[in-house]
Amino acid sequence: MTNTNLQEQKDLLVVRNLKKYFPVRSGLLQRTSAWVQAVDNVSFTVKRGETLGMVGESGCGKTTIGRTVLRLVEPTSGEVSFEGRDIIKMGQRDLKPLRRDMQIIFQDPYASLNPRMPIGESVMEGLHIHNIGQPKERWEVAIKMLKKVGLEEYHARRYPHEFSGGQRQRIGIARALALNPKFIVCDEPVSALDVSIQSQVLNILKDLQDEFGLTFLFIAHNLSVVEHISDRVAVMYLGKMVELADRDALYREPLHPYTQALLSAIPIPHPNIKRERTILKGDVPSPLNPPKGCRFHTRCPIAIDQCSQVEPEFREARPGHWVACWKVE
Amino acid sequence: MPTENLLSIKDLVLHFNTQKGPVQAVDGVFFDLGYKEAVVVLGESGCGKSSLAKALLRLLPRNVSKYGGQVYLEGNEIMGMDEEQFRQNIRWVRMSLVPQAAMNSLNPVLKVGDQVAEPMIVHHGVKKEEAYNQAAKMFQHVGVPVDFLDRYAFELSGGMRQRVAIAMALVTAPALVILDEPTSALDVLTQANIFNVLKRLKKELEVSFVLITHDIATSSELADRVAVMYAGQIVEVSDAHRFFSEPLHPYSRMLMASVPRLRANVEPEFITGQPPSLLNPPKGCRFASRCPKRFAKCTEEPPVANVDGIQVKCWLYTS
Repeated sequence: MTNTNLQEQKDLLVVRNLKKYFPVRSGLLQRTSAWVQAVDNVSFTVKRGETLGMVGESGCGKTTIGRTVLRLVEPTSGEVSFEGRDIIKMGQRDLKPLRRDMQIIFQDPYASLNPRMPIGESVMEGLHIHNIGQPKERWEVAIKMLKKVGLEEYHARRYPHEFSGGQRQRIGIARALALNPKFIVCDEPVSALDVSIQSQVLNILKDLQDEFGLTFLFIAHNLSVVEHISDRVAVMYLGKMVELADRDALYREPLHPYTQALLSAIPIPHPNIKRERTILKGDVPSPLNPPKGCRFHTRCPIAIDQCSQVEPEFREARPGHWVACWKVE
Repeated sequence: MPTENLLSIKDLVLHFNTQKGPVQAVDGVFFDLGYKEAVVVLGESGCGKSSLAKALLRLLPRNVSKYGGQVYLEGNEIMGMDEEQFRQNIRWVRMSLVPQAAMNSLNPVLKVGDQVAEPMIVHHGVKKEEAYNQAAKMFQHVGVPVDFLDRYAFELSGGMRQRVAIAMALVTAPALVILDEPTSALDVLTQANIFNVLKRLKKELEVSFVLITHDIATSSELADRVAVMYAGQIVEVSDAHRFFSEPLHPYSRMLMASVPRLRANVEPEFITGQPPSLLNPPKGCRFASRCPKRFAKCTEEPPVANVDGIQVKCWLYTS
């Protein structure tokens, strides 16, 4: 076996120079007047069986990445290969069987289930679309999946409005699992839930990952949640990836000043812990007209002249620890 | 009546009529708040904490079926006041509100400066120019550039809009500001900024806060006292220092244990089951069905026990 094949075995998803620009149209003829650079030149890999956490503030492009790697959104340019096959170049016909292997869990459990469909049918809908098994077998799979997420057989005939938020999110997980996928994008799966049930959903995700050997891209804005579930963590700022490292390395020794600020802004519910907090000035600039050079330089506490001129390269500053910053040795 | 407390709430009740019957959104809420203090009302979605804010300010919808109890503000009983007295002397004069999703509660067709100045004109009858000066002063306090007075809400970022809403609540120099989930829609860095502003305002303007939130970690930044709400009732009132190191009520303990902490080795826990419906809450302790420590007594309504100054509504602490 060659080296590249070995690497393909390890890397389930490889993303190279991914770009997604959304057009802004204006005027009578709706001409494109500008581009929102939602995702700009992002590269990363997701290894088989790992959870890659992706954090950033709203509008930093993390959801767009999640949707582009599933081709729910067409990228402007770049390469996304899943198990060694470039899915961006594929036609819809070739893509459809691949969709079984790639699923998504949505953020809002209230909006992502069809209110007029019993949840058992929602869970088996994917099997129907991919023409797997007979209706009776599909129903059995749906019930098996609902049991995996801690629900009972009698729940399958109920409608979404009869469930609490946490239960609905578990139904969303069951639905993503029904097709026995390899890769699941979890787009803020717990941020709409009360804190007292968040960890229940997180535990279910972890258990299922072990049982089915799943790979997760876990998108969230809560750094404490991401720390609990991820093996590696990527930090996004204004459409760029600024840091990517093993979880422990990132939380112990964040290299990028933005990551440092994010971590220091997290409150700790204990009166005896008083910390030095790096509070950034101002707001995130508009992605319509991002700053030149390093996109973070307008708010960076340690920016130098170079930062406003030349964009820093995303490079491996420590083994396995990638960062885009001029000030990191 | 006690005058050492700015706010003293006793047995506040607010029930709503619905097609399915009365909803007991606020059912026997009590706590005290001193001058220049902040109390955090913690609770999960649907526990009645936003209804508590509405009950305090008498911003009531039409379907109220029961509204009662005693609220003392600066020593005066305000529940007995008639609507006109309340409007002239209390609401937005001594007590104001930063509403939930404040960033969307600004009028899109008015300049934000006009909106912040308006309470001064309505309640203190000052000239427009003077009200504008006061609004400009408030903008400085909350950290919004003064030239933003002439802007519209859509021209401001989420964090700036939130600050404008806070300025609007503070412009008449009230003694008490109720903040209903002031930062829940904001990013973590913006949240930290807003909380720094609130901490500074508490010192500079000598104002008290009732902070209503579900975000335990963020609330610990500002809290002097903590009141935990569950299914329409207060289950624990404690001082913040003692609450965040050792809560007493089983619900408070489990809630604290479910907060994911940074760089911690302990896995967060979760509470099984879900809160009872406020349409027809169970008799006795409302948390009993989810409580790991329940015993025979819990089918009866628990009294409020006093444990070294901490009030706990739980049978475990009655001697």
